[in-house]
Amino acid sequence: MAPLVEMKNVSIAFGGVQAVDNVSISLNPGEVVGLLGHNGAGKSTLIKMLSGAYKMDSGEIWINGKKVQINSPRDARDNAIETIYQTLALADNLDAASNLFLGRELTNAMGFVDDDRMEAETRKIMARLNPNFKKLKEPVSALSGGQRQSVAIARAVYFNAKILIMDEPTAALGVHETAMVAELIQELKKQGLGIFLISHDTREMMELCDRVAVMKNGQMVGAERVEDVTEDDILSMIILGKNPKAAA
Amino acid sequence: MSDQTKIPPKRSFVQTLELDMRLLGMIAAFIIVAVAFNILTGGRFLTPRNIFNLTIQTASVGIMATGMVFVIVTRHIDLSVGAILAACSALMAMTQVRWLPEFLEIGHWAIPWIAIMVGVALGALIGAFNGWLIGYQGIPAFIVTLGGFLIWRNVGWYQTAGQTIGPLDQTFMTFGGINGTLGGPLSWALGLAAIAFVLFAIFKSRHTKATHGFSVKPMWAELTIAGIAVAAIAGFIGVLTNYAVPERVVARDPSRYGCDVAEGCNAVYGLPISVLLLIGIAAVMTVIARRTRFGRYIFATGGNPDAAELSGINTRMLTVKIFALMGALCAIAAVVASARLANHSNDLGTLDELRVIAAAVIGGTALSGGIGTIYGAILGALIMQSLQSGMAMVGVDAPLQNIVVGAVLVFAVFIDIQYRKRVGAK
Repeated sequence: MAPLVEMKNVSIAFGGVQAVDNVSISLNPGEVVGLLGHNGAGKSTLIKMLSGAYKMDSGEIWINGKKVQINSPRDARDNAIETIYQTLALADNLDAASNLFLGRELTNAMGFVDDDRMEAETRKIMARLNPNFKKLKEPVSALSGGQRQSVAIARAVYFNAKILIMDEPTAALGVHETAMVAELIQELKKQGLGIFLISHDTREMMELCDRVAVMKNGQMVGAERVEDVTEDDILSMIILGKNPKAAA
Repeated sequence: MSDQTKIPPKRSFVQTLELDMRLLGMIAAFIIVAVAFNILTGGRFLTPRNIFNLTIQTASVGIMATGMVFVIVTRHIDLSVGAILAACSALMAMTQVRWLPEFLEIGHWAIPWIAIMVGVALGALIGAFNGWLIGYQGIPAFIVTLGGFLIWRNVGWYQTAGQTIGPLDQTFMTFGGINGTLGGPLSWALGLAAIAFVLFAIFKSRHTKATHGFSVKPMWAELTIAGIAVAAIAGFIGVLTNYAVPERVVARDPSRYGCDVAEGCNAVYGLPISVLLLIGIAAVMTVIARRTRFGRYIFATGGNPDAAELSGINTRMLTVKIFALMGALCAIAAVVASARLANHSNDLGTLDELRVIAAAVIGGTALSGGIGTIYGAILGALIMQSLQSGMAMVGVDAPLQNIVVGAVLVFAVFIDIQYRKRVGAK
């Protein structure tokens, strides 16, 4: 069976800097793949080419065994790719429902935005994801980090994403909220989603991921199953940029 | 569902009505200004005649202010609206006075409409060009429209060779105010239609919310809001239909006012067409802001441009559309402004960019983006105009008038910022 996502020999440069250099990576259904590396290693840049935020210079993206063109966030969405950004890409001045449906508003027969129906749908999905979520009428700037994160996650879940990209989903969260996100990742995994997870927290990654891929200076150091490596192995991959498994 | 059956926490009167505090503040400010001037002028400020004049003086700036809300909400600015107004006015004047009469007889029914279409097309085109420079070429809106401020008025000047062009077409001039009013019966018919629509909208919304199982306001709150809306509409029409046409004006053309002779003819002005135009544009712009994707994207982009782009919104094209809309509104404002003066002169709309921006900002539009309302901008325009004509009536010296208006602008924004800090909003 073909992998859910295959990025083949992908490269992108900004000015003279080769941010991602000939990187290949794959993701299977029901699998969580963690991307690790220093700041500036190219993790976020790699993933932004999949989410349509950047356009790659060269390389190919295959989804379900078919080659696809992803030139914009809209193309990514059309391929059931949803992204939860580190910076929580929410419009602070709008309420939860408007953010959840941003770019894909429900409309009535006359083509007008149907706020009541969107609010009803938002209540439904929030009851499932975060039952404590009550502030539906307020702008999301009034919400806590965890509540904002659940709006971002609800967006991915509601639109039946098959491929989920999470860029430091727990960076802004407290302990309890982090546990909630971890639980949700397990739940989505069971439903057969493929998840790319970006984080700096090696221990967290060992717990959440099936495989970890390490990048350094825009290149792929290696991708290993978590049960095959120790935390020290991963750290040395991050710091030295060498794969001890490959050397052995 | 369980949370909705709980007893809601105790809420204040205003909270229960779900009214916008900022709107209440602006209305209060407006009432204070109006009452103060009424006392200072010995009752001349709040007469049907002066209120009628205030509304027609506000129309042109108010029309542009609705567009400026969208521009400022997306964190841009448009300094060229007065200049675009002049350019469009020049083209419309030349079209109806110089060019079309060569093919059609003077007074032909199509002349004003062709002129308006040409003008609106020019306004939209200039605006779209501005938007393209800003959205696709990345030139800051401040610079593009500062350039436009110098360019477009002078393009108009070239077109007319600096001459005042007039008199404008008779039908065209009905958009100016005093030359085009609906009279008593038609004003009341429209007022009643508006009341019926408001009542329908309030209870339809209540019904929809109930269908979705949302909590709704208590019935008395709903009825209070409906009552205020009905009283406001009826009061407004009542005042305007109390402004009688002077007998010497009727005497010029009694048939226009439905009389055979001037004596005993109780004709009233009623709702001016220019004000009707402003109300219609405000309604359409409010629907755009609240109920269309275009409007939703404008506010999302203003709140977080990156989030909007990552959500698949084409923010560059959005910028072009917003500025094209702004340009088209400048052209409509040009119709009203030139029609009011019965001819086009090159200094038409001078300093309007500042009045329009001030109206939007006094009306609660935040320059940091993402926040603003159409009704606020129109109220802002009305407050500015009231201050200006009120001071003129009282006989305040010209330099002092500008000093007061400037101070009010800064003070209004100060209050707004304090209010937002207090309630913890952005």
